[in-house]
Amino acid sequence: MLKTILCSGSGGQGTLTMGNVLANAAMQEGFFVSYLPCYGAAMRGGTAHCTTSISSEEIASPVVSFPDVLIALNKPSVTAFLPRMRPGSTLIYNEDLISDVPAKENVRIYPIAANQLARDAANERSANMVMLAAMVKVTSLLSLEALQRSAQDLMGSKKSLFAMTLNALQAGYADIV
Amino acid sequence: MNKILMSGNHTAAEAAIRAGCRAYFGYPITPQNELGEYMAEHMRKIGGAFIQSESELAAINMVVGAAAAGVRAMTSSSSPGISLKQEGLSFLSGFELPAVIVNIMRGGPGMGNIAPAQGDYFQATRGGGHGDYRTPVIAPGSIQEIADMTFLAFDIADRYRTPVMLLADGMMGQIKEPVIFPDFIDPQTLPKKEWALTGRGGKESRYLASLILDSNKMEQHNWNLFKKYEAITANETRYESYHTEDADVIVVAYGTTARIAKGAINQLREEEGLSVGLIRPITLWPFPSEILYTLAKDVKKFIALEMSTGQMVEDVRLALDGRAQTLFYGRPGGIIPEPDEFAHVIRDAVKS
Repeated sequence: MLKTILCSGSGGQGTLTMGNVLANAAMQEGFFVSYLPCYGAAMRGGTAHCTTSISSEEIASPVVSFPDVLIALNKPSVTAFLPRMRPGSTLIYNEDLISDVPAKENVRIYPIAANQLARDAANERSANMVMLAAMVKVTSLLSLEALQRSAQDLMGSKKSLFAMTLNALQAGYADIV
Repeated sequence: MNKILMSGNHTAAEAAIRAGCRAYFGYPITPQNELGEYMAEHMRKIGGAFIQSESELAAINMVVGAAAAGVRAMTSSSSPGISLKQEGLSFLSGFELPAVIVNIMRGGPGMGNIAPAQGDYFQATRGGGHGDYRTPVIAPGSIQEIADMTFLAFDIADRYRTPVMLLADGMMGQIKEPVIFPDFIDPQTLPKKEWALTGRGGKESRYLASLILDSNKMEQHNWNLFKKYEAITANETRYESYHTEDADVIVVAYGTTARIAKGAINQLREEEGLSVGLIRPITLWPFPSEILYTLAKDVKKFIALEMSTGQMVEDVRLALDGRAQTLFYGRPGGIIPEPDEFAHVIRDAVKS
């Protein structure tokens, strides 16, 4: 089993945090993982993306040509990475910031009202965690509890942030029926 | 200890502290800043010295001083900064002082950019500084290996009294993977350095010098260094062999490119049934020439994959000594090649 997840968004949306929480969760669940953040002269409002690979075997390449899952937080992410989606892959996008995603053959597409859900459950800035939880539900990759444990590990010391994160994860997970 | 998810830069720093390093000197440069950042926070907690120096030259010369005093010492930088440290590397070799130098490579030449590249292979393996010396160069291929190889680097440095370079790139510095660290080494338990300048006390005077004006003595010094390099070549050459048993074509790649090549090789083996394998040099100097030469008895095509316009490929050619064909594919300047791109290149090599 090898699953590759590309998270993409705008700097400040928590794109890299998403990939990091995911990689840490999968590691704690006993998988091999590799987390590749893009880096550069990045800033709030610039683009950011990261690739998380999760596998039952040792991971060969942290660099991925064709991701199994794309989590798109903003419109430029769809434009940039939809061409890399192959049949059988999954796109989860933030419908509050992205309109008209072109149909693509045999790509499962899930719109999530991430900003709205985050605003209702916690804080709009937790939209990334809403998306992450929706993704693990859609793909059955990990449990909600695994994400929660990982979040505790990484941000448990920041009480209010952690509380918001738990609520946002819950909301995103519950949004997929 | 438990498995933790850590970046390559943080891992090299934590591993160095655990390996008994008690002196770190560095000057900031992307993409290795997190290494110095980690040292700033953790080195003093354990009673070691951390100095953000005024320049790369100062940092490497502080390493010379700390190493002369017998302390496990380290500096780190990225390509342009490593160029500035070359005089120090030559002096460490001349003085026969152990030290570990980490180079998290970026695009070049000149200031280049901050993206991952492998353009410093020549500089790392061929000297960079002046004089007839060699530097053992270790190129880790995963975050776990960064931890293990940092320990190994300090061990080789002490055992042979030589600077050792850990050579990785911006991608290895930034990615996070699970790592289990070896246990802490108490520096007090390391073998005593009978040559270290620790204060004369009642002992015989000790003296370290790289200025040897008498040519006969200098020649002897060069031959002594040479013998040491022969021993390092005999004892410390390391590589990983991946699916080479049945291979028609063998890829040679190190560090980041080896990881990407493994992805391509898996794809070609599983989806297309192509018999391709990989030799991943873990030590770049000494280069694993012998295994390549041996494999070339049956395998007639080798392909070097690098994030440069072609540097390690020269060592591959020297190793094969005309026994097999050497092909090359590279992406310089900070472009990270993709597995699919490598698959394309390797497929062409198999079918040509």
